[in-house]
Amino acid sequence: MKILVPIKRVNDYNVKVRPNQSNTDVDLSNVKMAVNPFCEIAIEEAIRIKESGNAEEVVVVTVGDEKHQEQLRTALALGADRAIHVKTENPLQPLDVAKVLVKVFEKESPELVLMGKQGIDGDHNQTGQMLAAMLGLPQATFASKVELQSGSVEVTREIDGGLETLKAELPAVVTTDLRLNEPRYASLPNIMKAKRKPIDELDLAALGVSPENRVELVAVESPAERQEGIKVESVDELVEKLKNEAKVIE
Amino acid sequence: MKTLVLVEHDNAEVAAATLSTVKAASSLGQGIDLLVTTNSQDVVQKASKIEGVSKVLSFVDDRFGNEIAEDVAECVLQVANDYNFFLASSSTTGKNNLPRFAALLDIQQISEVIEIIDNTTFKKPIYAGACIATVKTNQDKNVLSIRTTAFDKVSAESGNAEIVEMPVTDTSSKKSAFVKNELTESDRPELTSADIVISGGRGMQDADNFKLLDGIANKLNAAVGASRAAVDSGFAPNDYQVGQTGKSVAPNLYIAVGISGAIQHLAGMKDSKTIVAINKDEEAPIFKVADYGLVGDLFEVLPELESKL
Repeated sequence: MKILVPIKRVNDYNVKVRPNQSNTDVDLSNVKMAVNPFCEIAIEEAIRIKESGNAEEVVVVTVGDEKHQEQLRTALALGADRAIHVKTENPLQPLDVAKVLVKVFEKESPELVLMGKQGIDGDHNQTGQMLAAMLGLPQATFASKVELQSGSVEVTREIDGGLETLKAELPAVVTTDLRLNEPRYASLPNIMKAKRKPIDELDLAALGVSPENRVELVAVESPAERQEGIKVESVDELVEKLKNEAKVIE
Repeated sequence: MKTLVLVEHDNAEVAAATLSTVKAASSLGQGIDLLVTTNSQDVVQKASKIEGVSKVLSFVDDRFGNEIAEDVAECVLQVANDYNFFLASSSTTGKNNLPRFAALLDIQQISEVIEIIDNTTFKKPIYAGACIATVKTNQDKNVLSIRTTAFDKVSAESGNAEIVEMPVTDTSSKKSAFVKNELTESDRPELTSADIVISGGRGMQDADNFKLLDGIANKLNAAVGASRAAVDSGFAPNDYQVGQTGKSVAPNLYIAVGISGAIQHLAGMKDSKTIVAINKDEEAPIFKVADYGLVGDLFEVLPELESKL
């Protein structure tokens, strides 16, 4: 079995991203970049499935400029077998990324697509569902447990009321939530070994996908700040303020 | 053209999130219809009472008892020609369903809308709420997921919509099937619609200590929430999580206990009317957004607070 893991290059999650001076976009100059945390979880799950003997090959793919190879190398160091880099200078919106991934899926014919539920940059939470829809495949989003069975996958999903378990025929698209696993760190020997693993380069235009700017970014601003309140000295004072000043309890 | 809102429900009651989504839809200034997929006529009847709605498109079938995204997308596609806006709340249900049919209609969805400026321009948080983006769509048809805490609710009882029973064709390829649910049972109000929420963070130290919040929650008829750190550490179940990757809440009173105030947590609760922070670290960022801060050991503060409420 082959597992395809689409990944995204985003800001390191510890960095607080701010609007640029002209409020036209975010300012990512000098911001440390990394593999999107949800994608790291997808890579980890794919590698664990391979280690358990249920998959032969883990292929990672990303869409973006030259710098995206850093994140592909990270995935290879973590244990992916090979990588595909779909090259484009401009960032794509989720619908276009899904269109690119359809082409990659058709070339690779994986039995399972494992990917993060959302990027921590745009917070769209769309690409996996869109890819599944375009391919006519079942989707199991927000996975906290993935169990492969013969010809199918059973996925426990994190939903607002608790957990839901779905069984989907393979091939299927599964998107990962935070608690699916704890990703490993790459060891130094594996980082060295990853340098020799292959990265196939594909040109966006050659795949027949022409990105469209369907939703334009007009402005980026900081959220309205809340006014900092007061410190109370005791529980008594807190209860008194909540009753008589804020009037939120009786 | 008209707006179609997907109704969220548990096959018995319409979720409060839908009332906020209809409110958001009303600012688009065109007729609003609802779409319900369910196994129960009850919820269709209830949906028809929602304020400001013309029609309820009712897809009732046993297999809609659990909403599989593939089935919901099929239903939306049947009626999509009549609509130029498709809205649902950004709950896990909306997040699961919307992109599926957006892709089939070749629409770039706009997620987590917090403000509708006009029918092409919307605001939404990005980067875990660290920035607010204004985006403009160039599409004739649009799919929006609505962050419901940013909108008021319409009345659940003042409407009188026409119910249109839709034919249910078994075209679904049945490639996926529902296996089971493990839902959190609680007598307390639901987290996203509660008037008061008390949340615990890493400072709670373990799952047992989370029970310290229960007594206060019971006295205040509050829902209990948690920070991502607390959920990741196994102190609380996943459906307690408040934050950018969990639930957004905006209660009248939000009490944050032992929560430092990471940006991704603040993104999920900073629209609350009154915020109380209880933390032993007086430098914790949560105090920057709190109306009332109490610096102290939560293991002393919580029992005292419970006894004085």
